[in-house]
Amino acid sequence: MSKNLKLFLGVGLLFLATGLLLSWNQALFILNFGLVSAIMALGVNMQWGYAGLFNTGVMGFAALGGLAVALVATPPVGEAWRVGGFGILLGLAIGVATVAAGVALWRRMPKGRNRALAMLALLVGGFMLFRWVFDPAVTAVEAINPSVTGNLGGLGLPVLLAWPLGGVLAAGAAWAIGKTALGLRSDYLAIATLGIAEIIIAVMKNEDWLARGVKMVNLKERPWPVPFEVNLQQNETFLGLASTLGFDPVTGSSIFVKLVYMAMILVVLGLVIWLSERALNSPWGRMMRAIRDNEDAARAMGKDVTARHLQVFILGSAVIGVAGAILTSMDGILNPGTYQPLRFTFLIWVMVIVGGSGNNWGAVLGAMLIGWLWLIVEALGPQLMGWITAGMAEGPLKAHLVDSAQHMRLLTLGVILLLVLRFSPRGLIPEK
Amino acid sequence: MDILNALAAFLNFVFIPGLAYGAQLALGALGVTLIYGILRFSNFAHGDTMAFGTMVTIFVTWFFQSIGLTAGVLPTALLALPFGIAATALLVLATDKVVYQFYRRQKATPTILVIVSMGVMFVMNGIVRLFIGVDDQNFADGGRFLISAGDFKAATGLAEGLAIKGSQAVTVITAGLTVAVLFWFLQKTRTGKSMRAFADNEDLALLSGINPDRVVQVTWVIAAALATIAGVLYGLDKSFRPFTYFQLLLPIFAAAIVGGLGNPLGAIAGGFIIAFSEVMVTYAWKKVVTYVLPADMAPDGLLQLMGTDYKYAVSFGILILVLLFMPTGIFKGKAY
Repeated sequence: MSKNLKLFLGVGLLFLATGLLLSWNQALFILNFGLVSAIMALGVNMQWGYAGLFNTGVMGFAALGGLAVALVATPPVGEAWRVGGFGILLGLAIGVATVAAGVALWRRMPKGRNRALAMLALLVGGFMLFRWVFDPAVTAVEAINPSVTGNLGGLGLPVLLAWPLGGVLAAGAAWAIGKTALGLRSDYLAIATLGIAEIIIAVMKNEDWLARGVKMVNLKERPWPVPFEVNLQQNETFLGLASTLGFDPVTGSSIFVKLVYMAMILVVLGLVIWLSERALNSPWGRMMRAIRDNEDAARAMGKDVTARHLQVFILGSAVIGVAGAILTSMDGILNPGTYQPLRFTFLIWVMVIVGGSGNNWGAVLGAMLIGWLWLIVEALGPQLMGWITAGMAEGPLKAHLVDSAQHMRLLTLGVILLLVLRFSPRGLIPEK
Repeated sequence: MDILNALAAFLNFVFIPGLAYGAQLALGALGVTLIYGILRFSNFAHGDTMAFGTMVTIFVTWFFQSIGLTAGVLPTALLALPFGIAATALLVLATDKVVYQFYRRQKATPTILVIVSMGVMFVMNGIVRLFIGVDDQNFADGGRFLISAGDFKAATGLAEGLAIKGSQAVTVITAGLTVAVLFWFLQKTRTGKSMRAFADNEDLALLSGINPDRVVQVTWVIAAALATIAGVLYGLDKSFRPFTYFQLLLPIFAAAIVGGLGNPLGAIAGGFIIAFSEVMVTYAWKKVVTYVLPADMAPDGLLQLMGTDYKYAVSFGILILVLLFMPTGIFKGKAY
């Protein structure tokens, strides 16, 4: 038996033990989390492992995937479209046109004071026009029934469609970001992407007309064919199955829903792995690694390094976007407040590095292992701290220790990351 | 037309908050830029180093307050500051010994070091949350106002008040003293000169017998001091919350890069550029403009370019512009 298979079996045993000792419901919840994280880790691995691009904006792309779910699946608010839809679209178009005109002007005009002045005039004028068109439309839209909608709503299409569209949305953002930031040095790129992710979250929190901001969007539908637990519990066939097999229909329905999700995520994950492996072992993959290992040599061989970087940045971000869409549709709610860089960016990075950067199976293994650890510490941490402090007298100190046990996981993850970087920098499953 | 009232409003809402915030950012950016100059990597753990130093200072402040030791009109935190600096210096020196030294010997690439600093960031973040939790902590005491809005109005007879908070005055004075001491150290002392030599040309510095380990240690201690001072001043002025300190990483890096990474003078200029841009872009100018323009031309809107929630977008926008058009920063840092 190969070493890699053993590693996967070991992680499988962890989940099995969780199921047997805690509950199957919890084990499946953690498993689904790990599988979605594995898709994100594959996206990061494309950028970092194949091409050496240091993207710390994972959170932003995942959030865009989540936004896609809200924009696709919620029904449109007709009234809002009537009063402000046109204004908002026109405003956005003016904004885009201003930026495009600015770029064109910068390229066409000869260098000098005239160019700077023309640029300034264009940007100031464009911005004022944008605000003049955009602001009244936003105010009008947000005034409509703010406790329920207050936004333009979505397209009212099936949720499942949001999964690929989440990827498309993230890819579009990645194109714009890549065009400006990819020429930068690696640590500048890291800071730039970190900032962009924060800005994407800020936009999602504050632009209520888009997806209700911090008022959150509740999804009334689930991706086909996932059923609702309540419907399952009234389903004759399901109840019959429950009584024959002897399980509780309430827990059973919850487990059944998670199993359906798991199957769907596995299909996406399998597809992404298959495509990634094919790409990695093709001439394209060899070229990417050549660029990563020596940019100058690759450029000397006539490879267009900038275009390839942009390409792989877009592809990786699209994969992250798809995973973000899956996560939001699984949660059934879009809450921009839950997007935290430690959880959505740096955790994924730990997964990739621990698993083995440059190796797709390594990224998957790392995601399953670290994802398990992340959630199991959350579940068991307070309990564990309770045992440790069992001998202590009741008081503020004990309460504080039990309360802060959940923060142990940051410490643990940091230590794991540092240990892996130091003693096994190529990860659990190194690149071949 | 009421120029004096407009000026008072401008000073009160834009200039003084911007000055204090700029001083805090400048101190943070100085730490980042020193680490970059000597150790040659972007330290992602700097925000959490600030949080750690502030946390220790807060604990010592609470202890002093509980035994009745205060600094009178000044915040007690200033008395506790040396303890915070000492603890942070010990922490970063230990981190360097256990973590960074290995990669330095290996001559690892800057990207690897950035990822390593990400791991350190996780650990420090965990420590801070473990000890003090994730909530807001307010530890400011001493005089609330140097000049209160009411006193100013009574003294000048203007309709607009001009308030200078104690914390703002303390911030600007402390930051000024710190920067003066730092530049004296870098320019005049033997250790400071050896640091600059090391930053300029590592090989030449080694040849002339400069001890690299000592330079690195001194750099870490200075960075720890700067981080703690910046963190405590920010905490006094606003409030302490671990996550906010992590988020400060973006404006601090923006300040350091805008000024030119590796250039201390640039870091200070960058800090103020970022701070004033953030405040000016997110301030609603209606009040100031109403005083300046004739009554019939008074604006209807708030005249706010962007909502305050987008202040990170401002620092980010400046960062991107500088990176695209002058990648070495305004003061020509060492962007390789």
